[in-house]
Amino acid sequence: MTIPFNNPDRPNSYIGKTVPRPNAAKLVQGRGRYVDDIVLPRMLHVAFSRSTVAHAKIGTIDLEEAKAVKGVVRIFTGADLAEVCSPWVAVLAHLKGLKSPPQHPLAVDRACWVGEPVVAVVATTRAAAEEAASMVIVDFEELPAVTDTMTALDKDAPVIHPDLGDNLAFRRLHEAGDVDAAFETAHKVVSASFRTARHTGVTLEPRSILVDWNPAEGQMTAYHATQAPHMMQTVFAKHLDIPESRVRVICGDVGGSYGIKVHVYPDEVATAAMAKVMGRPIKFIADRLESYTTDIHARDHEIEAKIAVDADGKILAMDVDDWTGIGPYSVYPRTSAIEGNQVVNLCGGPYDFANYRAQTSVVFQNKTPTCQYRAVGHPIAVAITEGLVDMAAAAIGMDPVEIRRRNMYADDAYPATSPANMKFESLSHHASMDKLTEMMDYDALRADQTEARKQGKYRGIGIASFIELTNPSPFMYGIGGARISAQDGCTVRMDPDGSVVALSGVTEQGQGTEAMLSQVVAEGVGVDPSNVRVITGDTQVTPYGGGTWASRGAGIGGEAALQAARALRASILEVAAAMLQADAGRLDIRDGQVVDMDSGEERMPLAELGRIVYFRGDTLPKDLPRELVQTRHFITMEYPFAFTNGVQASYLEVDTDTGVVTLLKHWCVEDCGRVINPQLVDEQIRGGIVQGLGGALYEEIHYDEDGQLLNGSMADYLVPMAAEMPDMQVGHVETPTKESELGAKGAGEAGTAGAPAAVMNAINDALRPLGAQVTEMPFTPERILRALGKLQD
Amino acid sequence: MKASAGGYARAESVRHALDLLAGSDGQGRVLAGGQSLVAAMNMRLSVGDLLVDISKISELSGIAVEGDTLRIGALTRHAQVGTDPQVQAHAPLLKDAVAHIAHAAIRNRGTIGGALAHADPAAEFPACTLALGATMHAEGPDGSRSIAVEDFFEEVFTTALNEDEILTGITLPIAEAGEMQILEEVARRSGDYALVGLCLAKRAAGHRVALFSVGPKPVLAMGAMAALDAGDLDAAVDALSAEIDPPSDTQASAAYRRHLGGVLLRRAVARLKGDAA
Ligand SMILES: Cc1cc2nc3c(=O)[nH]c(=O)nc-3n(C[C@H](O)[C@H](O)[C@H](O)COP(=O)(O)OP(=O)(O)OC[C@H]3O[C@@H](n4cnc5c(N)ncnc54)[C@H](O)[C@@H]3O)c2cc1C
Repeated sequence: MTIPFNNPDRPNSYIGKTVPRPNAAKLVQGRGRYVDDIVLPRMLHVAFSRSTVAHAKIGTIDLEEAKAVKGVVRIFTGADLAEVCSPWVAVLAHLKGLKSPPQHPLAVDRACWVGEPVVAVVATTRAAAEEAASMVIVDFEELPAVTDTMTALDKDAPVIHPDLGDNLAFRRLHEAGDVDAAFETAHKVVSASFRTARHTGVTLEPRSILVDWNPAEGQMTAYHATQAPHMMQTVFAKHLDIPESRVRVICGDVGGSYGIKVHVYPDEVATAAMAKVMGRPIKFIADRLESYTTDIHARDHEIEAKIAVDADGKILAMDVDDWTGIGPYSVYPRTSAIEGNQVVNLCGGPYDFANYRAQTSVVFQNKTPTCQYRAVGHPIAVAITEGLVDMAAAAIGMDPVEIRRRNMYADDAYPATSPANMKFESLSHHASMDKLTEMMDYDALRADQTEARKQGKYRGIGIASFIELTNPSPFMYGIGGARISAQDGCTVRMDPDGSVVALSGVTEQGQGTEAMLSQVVAEGVGVDPSNVRVITGDTQVTPYGGGTWASRGAGIGGEAALQAARALRASILEVAAAMLQADAGRLDIRDGQVVDMDSGEERMPLAELGRIVYFRGDTLPKDLPRELVQTRHFITMEYPFAFTNGVQASYLEVDTDTGVVTLLKHWCVEDCGRVINPQLVDEQIRGGIVQGLGGALYEEIHYDEDGQLLNGSMADYLVPMAAEMPDMQVGHVETPTKESELGAKGAGEAGTAGAPAAVMNAINDALRPLGAQVTEMPFTPERILRALGKLQD
Repeated sequence: MKASAGGYARAESVRHALDLLAGSDGQGRVLAGGQSLVAAMNMRLSVGDLLVDISKISELSGIAVEGDTLRIGALTRHAQVGTDPQVQAHAPLLKDAVAHIAHAAIRNRGTIGGALAHADPAAEFPACTLALGATMHAEGPDGSRSIAVEDFFEEVFTTALNEDEILTGITLPIAEAGEMQILEEVARRSGDYALVGLCLAKRAAGHRVALFSVGPKPVLAMGAMAALDAGDLDAAVDALSAEIDPPSDTQASAAYRRHLGGVLLRRAVARLKGDAA
């Protein structure tokens, strides 16, 4: 039996409705359990002494003063930990040519970025550990640092890892069609340079881990704020030489992750290694200041790009030259080449054109390592593409909505393969654009813009179409050799009282995964969502799975949950049919009752069925299966990724005297397939947009030329805050994927993907009458005034 | 990070606080609202302080009109300054400033004395007191003294207060009939310290212009004031840009700040005219 999703009045119709989040009350009452809330007997704390210079040979390390601090139990250096923890190398076989040196939990001979952990101090309190860490004296013999991306490959640039030969970590060139010919003959060619600033994720809860080694059991338990518990299980096992089965990773409540918590951090592995050596639980909670130099950074790209169009605005070709600096190491195990690779994969995404060339050059430098952060590569690719499309529209005097309509894949053109070789199952660019222009009342907004201009106000409208990569298959990491699971599983069981427990391999980071699972299981079995308890984040308890990344929770984890729930329903009905001497096919479960399918007449509460199965099983036929626990796994097979699509719009005003941008309103229409929980999807979109707006207007990590990070605090690294955020209107088009019964694709990154481009285009729309244009993010007041030529140095 | 304080004592009175400071071997540090000091301690920018908590000394709090001056106690919270009718009537600049200072939670704890003693060059109150010609009142082991605002701010985070002194309050001339006070600033986000801010007071005797976030301390723009008195706005903008030497940092360059000073001056003067009309 399939679920008639289109009938909102069907029984148990929880999928598609906003249901309360099962963990919300707990969190708002302060009853959550984050890693830092956990206190174990004999627990110690660790603080790290970190490199204060960007590149240096590590000379003598003087620990005398530090050891004397009251409360200090033990101090470890890189050499100490190298004996108990093997180094890792972050490469993937399918990213051809990617190279990276071995990385240790604590720097051994050389420190390669400001913030790299060098010495670990374990003490009875965090305060004592910090105090002692501040007294560790490391003789840093400074080496020349590489800080600029664009000159990192120059002949005279110092090579950070001489064994690797040069500073090139990865390069990929993709070419389709005859790009040069298309540019030569084009009606119009527009080129531009773009820059996206270095960001970091700024999770509300910082990175946190508490590791306990129990020598009696030979088992390690890591309480870890992570997106991928099973991946971390493998990492700890492999590098600390413990059988994988003897590593248990428990991930309770997590205060936001955004991709920050899906990577292997040297200080976290060091914590595990030291816990094993000492046989005592050790806790590491990154503080806000060290987060800035150690949480992964992202988005530090410089791009030259051009687009060719014909007189009708048809895109003929795109050519993109992307450069990014990733710090001194590719980050384990997902690698730091993915972001550049995504730029190559995603540029031009919404548009049906033939000639495409894109190259990414990924270089080493002495800054904090970069890696995957929410919407990996998307905001960059969308900014390049949508920036160029808008410039082309202006160059031929065409409306920005019109030029997009002329180029977007037709809604009936699927399946389609993009010039970047991305495979689209079914997208809805035109339906989304129609809905967007209607929601924002595009024509009225243009009129308002004209009216405002008469009063000397510079308002702009920016549109950004996008595609978003979700529900990844093993094509993302698995084929490259990483033990990162693309499949996911769910176990659903019915207990004697008729309530249901679901155990899932996807994880809850605060985004509402558990709410989504509870309603999918509730509908699949036929009980109220409040009667479903969800358990995630425990490698010894849940089915094996990938966790949270690439917007996969609902699409992959949700489908596994649905199939497990349907299987449990079938098992329950098989028992019920025997008890009621009825045909299982004529029975249904609704609101915790076995009912007659046609009449809806109640036949038996699930609690009664549970009582018989668990306590009076003797009354049931001997050969009747009574497996009230079912597990199903799901993996996508037909498409490497489930692409989603959408379009955003920004309306804003630029103060041309101060350069300050005021966001007036923001719209997003997106198509994530089946919307399981409208409120959760809307909040994902809104939260994502806010992060995108941060990138457009505020967020930028500054380094000086020596590799010193200049603005590593909440006072200086500006994140978007409520007062500046515009009203956001979110709309949906639903094109379910046919790969699953649920039909859900991901929604976690769409907001972040499109918002920066929408803002950039809106600013440039506002500035166009003044002949100014900005393409370097964030669009600070100063950059805008410089573009306007109003500053004299 | 974990703060590392050298000790803590709550003062019962100004006398008691001064004794505590005197007995602290130079390690004493007045704790008022804690909104700058505790943040600095939590970043280990300040360690080993012997905290002398003055926040419960009621005599240091409150607002009163005394003849033609307005007295504001050092411990008066930003939130109170922002809502007090006497401040509104006699020093509206201070009330306007509060709307730009940080966020509600911080305004509920931060004190005007703390903000002045802290002397952050990007803070609003120091420049406001400069524009209004306030007098600072301090008490030390040898008794009390008054310091003209022009002599009070010396450097980044440095004032004329001695280590063993406490700022007890400020007095300001109450606004004349017809006096106008205007505050203009640009900050990256609401509640952030200003990229540049400007206070303008127009009195019968002439204009007073003070800027913040343009140097190591708030600046009285004498050249701009003279040009405004002469009725020449363009000259005032030119003079302003010559008499400030703003810093460059990750938020803005000196050139941007200098430009902004001129923009804010024009905006403030436009508001003067608009309101007068
Ligand atoms: C997130 C944030 C944003 C902020 N934004 C702004 C802003 O936009 N504009 C702005 O102006 N301020 C801002 N502030 C600072 C705020 O206004 C503080 O309240 C103020 O700077 C200090 O006042 P306090 O009473 O908290 O002083 P404390 O933090 O207690 O003390 C600050 C310093 O002054 C000394 N001190 C305090 N009182 C006295 C006294 N009576 N006599 C002698 N010395 C004394 C202390 O010893 C210490 O050195 C912000 C603060 C935060 C945390």
